[in-house]
Amino acid sequence: MIAAAQRKESTLLIAPTGGGKTLAGFLPTLIDLAENPAPPPEIHTLYVSPLKALSTNIAQSLSRTVAEMELPIRIGTRTGDTSATQRKHQKKNPPHFLLTTPESLSLLLSYPNAAETFASLRALIIDEVHALAGTRRGDQLALCASRLNTLAPSLRRSGLSATVTHPDAIAAWISPTGDAADIRRITARGGAEPDVSLLLPDRNGYLPWSGHMGLGTTTAILTEIARTKLTIVFVNSRAQAELLFQELWKHNTDTLPIGLHHGSLGTEQRQRVEQAMAEGQLRAVVATSSLDLGIDWGDVEQIIQVGAPREVTRLVQRIGRANHRMNEPSRALLAPASRFEVLECEAAREAVAAHDLDGPPPRPGTLDVLAQHIMATACNGPFLPDALCNEVRNAAPYHALSRKDFDDVVSFVEDGGYALKAYDRHRRLFRDSLGQLWARNEQIMKQFRMNIGTIVDTPMLRVKTRRGKQIGEIDEYFASTLVPGDTFLLAGELFQFISMQDTTVQVAKGSAKEPRIPVYGGNRLSISTGLAARVRAMLHNPDAWHTLPQSVQNWLDMQRRRSRLPGPDNLLVETFPHRNRWYLVAYCFEGRNAHQTLGMLLTKRLEHAGTGPLGFVANDYMLACWSVREPTDINTLFDENMLGDDLTDRIANSAMLRRTFRDVAIISGLIERNHPGREKSRRQMTISSDLLYDVLRKHDPDHVLLRATRAEAAHGLTDLDRITAMLKRIKGQIDHVRLPRISPLSVPVMLEQGREKIKGGEGEEQLLAEADALFTEAESGS
Amino acid sequence: MTTPTPHTLAGETLLLLPEGAIVHPASKTLIVADLHLEKSSSRRDAGLLLPPYDTGITLDRLTALATSWRPERIIALGDSFHDNTASERLSPADRARLTLLGQHAALLWLTGNHDPIPPADLPGIWKAEHQEGTLLFRHIPTNTIPPGTAELAGHLHPKARITLRGHTLTRPCFVMDETRVLLPAFGTYTGGLDVQNPAISQLFTGPMQLCLLGKNRLSRISLPARVA
Repeated sequence: MIAAAQRKESTLLIAPTGGGKTLAGFLPTLIDLAENPAPPPEIHTLYVSPLKALSTNIAQSLSRTVAEMELPIRIGTRTGDTSATQRKHQKKNPPHFLLTTPESLSLLLSYPNAAETFASLRALIIDEVHALAGTRRGDQLALCASRLNTLAPSLRRSGLSATVTHPDAIAAWISPTGDAADIRRITARGGAEPDVSLLLPDRNGYLPWSGHMGLGTTTAILTEIARTKLTIVFVNSRAQAELLFQELWKHNTDTLPIGLHHGSLGTEQRQRVEQAMAEGQLRAVVATSSLDLGIDWGDVEQIIQVGAPREVTRLVQRIGRANHRMNEPSRALLAPASRFEVLECEAAREAVAAHDLDGPPPRPGTLDVLAQHIMATACNGPFLPDALCNEVRNAAPYHALSRKDFDDVVSFVEDGGYALKAYDRHRRLFRDSLGQLWARNEQIMKQFRMNIGTIVDTPMLRVKTRRGKQIGEIDEYFASTLVPGDTFLLAGELFQFISMQDTTVQVAKGSAKEPRIPVYGGNRLSISTGLAARVRAMLHNPDAWHTLPQSVQNWLDMQRRRSRLPGPDNLLVETFPHRNRWYLVAYCFEGRNAHQTLGMLLTKRLEHAGTGPLGFVANDYMLACWSVREPTDINTLFDENMLGDDLTDRIANSAMLRRTFRDVAIISGLIERNHPGREKSRRQMTISSDLLYDVLRKHDPDHVLLRATRAEAAHGLTDLDRITAMLKRIKGQIDHVRLPRISPLSVPVMLEQGREKIKGGEGEEQLLAEADALFTEAESGS
Repeated sequence: MTTPTPHTLAGETLLLLPEGAIVHPASKTLIVADLHLEKSSSRRDAGLLLPPYDTGITLDRLTALATSWRPERIIALGDSFHDNTASERLSPADRARLTLLGQHAALLWLTGNHDPIPPADLPGIWKAEHQEGTLLFRHIPTNTIPPGTAELAGHLHPKARITLRGHTLTRPCFVMDETRVLLPAFGTYTGGLDVQNPAISQLFTGPMQLCLLGKNRLSRISLPARVA
């Protein structure tokens, strides 16, 4: 690595978690700077990581190293938390090492002095590349990196990545030319094979039929925590973290010190837990993906994954958190939260042993991020479109960007890029006689800088006590459902809702009332297709069931008695009434993406059949649709020519596309998220992205933001070939069972998150007509 | 063809339309609220470049209603323009749409909080509020409705969020009781305020009757009186 650095080569270091990657990345810089007794005050090395906390943490450990070696090297961080005083100081006296995040880097590059700031930059270190490549934040960083290479042509890049499924794509991503061949790749050998086993509830616990919370395993988890020095208990959602934490403390008779860590806690609270972990004061931490990345948080001896691991890659990374010694096996326990999850956990264990990593290669860069980058570039100074296009194409995610797409995005940034040229008086950019594009004025630049960033969160509200102590954040939607007196769990404590003012929720310490669990928007996770196939094979073969816990065997047996088991070649379809609606559940085992697409097609069919579909939900194994009326004639519904239906129209109308458009609209700058001094009136100011989406679709169907939306959504759907093959295969093989009530095997999908509602369709019209009929009846009766 | 819902207010028969407007057959009047014309362009100078189609769409929808109902007069209950300079930003095509409307019906514009100053060069007359027989036309609903009269108002953009058979849906709606009808906003980019919000629910002492906008018809539902 050092040799490569001296040859000014860019490198990619791939090593399993815990290999000391980060330090390796800094070594060449330390050597370089140590050779110079008085390095000039300019930024020598820029370090970018996906997490603020990680950059801050690395800065601290680097500072210690530098102090011990008595080197005249200054280290600084630049994140959203950096104060104005610190920023001013950094400007006057730049640090040699600057540690930052993609958002803060983009912001730094949007200032007029960016060229000066980075002119002497020698090295760019990108940490946790595997977590960035293929995401919008990764796209943004890749574009910024390209810009940095223009400002500092001799810049050398180092990427640090965990073991990944597609190392070539990661190498290309790090490359300054977007070509993997220009990168020296260093792959560290893997450590010992991990020791993974299942953790089932002890006799005090109970494994429920469904659900994802895993509370039945609480006492078994406590026993495991007591046996080791430090355990991370990973869960899949913030709500699950809160509940499990509460439950663990209920049974924690030995008062083992157990902490809680997730993204909605206040920064201070998170930092306190991290500190306690590092100092060895804790025996366990319940955490979400907030602890997935980063440096050692203490001497972790084992991890317990509660609830099914959704991806093998992520599970492997979580397992790597335990025991950061290469030659000893990492110890991991998988605690399924339901009977169905036993199947998933078992499948995941097999996949880890078989080194069967999943996940698609990083997708191409998105046009909304490009729009933001173009505006940032204009805020930095005037640009020539030809030169910028070349620079953008040097970033791997935009290697294959067409000139038309580039030009359309520029035109969107310039004046909206609408087919109807209504008003040319107001633009964001203007062109001078040399063809250079300039940002129009200071106000526009100021406002743009407030909106930099590619993470679109569900709006979150701060939670404070009456005395002003900040507890954390809850989802705006959840907050809107609270009435005074309601209690909810946050940061492991019970709080009572008092009132909501602007963007703050006021609470008091809770009461004995049954608490509600905050729902958080960003928790939709899907299981990879590989795991679905393994689960299917397990179901088909009752002879293999004896390896499963008794309760799971009983469950499958009950399905066999009450309904039927899906066969290897047929398609089991169940219909039954449930909660005043008719459900249709199809066990396709084609993976969530295929099921999403199928759900859109099938509800369209149901609409034609007059059943009034209201929504559907899919997981990796099955699809459930619900309607006002009973679906009959299932064979016709699944007819092969289903794909001839107007799929495009259905997809365009779906809630999923609307959500995607909202993100695209915010990131590209069509609608704003922050505006100086307008926080209070945000509700009145924002125009629903749904309204804009409908108008654009009708009046400007080829607008670049709609193209960006469709491209983005295509990754959440599937190629139709897979559905075509399935429909062909199951022709005449549909096993339809009409049941008086919900079937055992359908329970998991019925509780799945991410329901797609069919809005404005015949189903809603039927419901409204029913309501109106009731009203008329009541009127005439009175 | 859409089906109107008849509603009696202070002795007058009104037709509530699924398009979100009202026809008063006795005076051959079409009533709409909160057009918010040129909302899309209101912050272009700050760099916000929304799709500029809203004004055209709103006026086309209004023209379509005027074509099928042939009113002699159209009353717009305020906030017709998103701001005081909105009329200056009208495109020539949209200006022509307004002129055409004015040729077929008398236009009566009420001023609203968004458009307190009447634009100079558009057809029609401007008033702060209007009374005709037992009917009061206002932008902002009030609590001062003289006995024997009733109020038609806008301003609040009511919408209802209701759950039917476990399915929750949100629709713009009319809200009414014996003395008042609140109209949903007619403008294309206008959002809505939930009828449970105190700004709306406090106006109604008894139960609120709602008419939710559907594809071709309205659906009536009743919300119980607010718990004090």
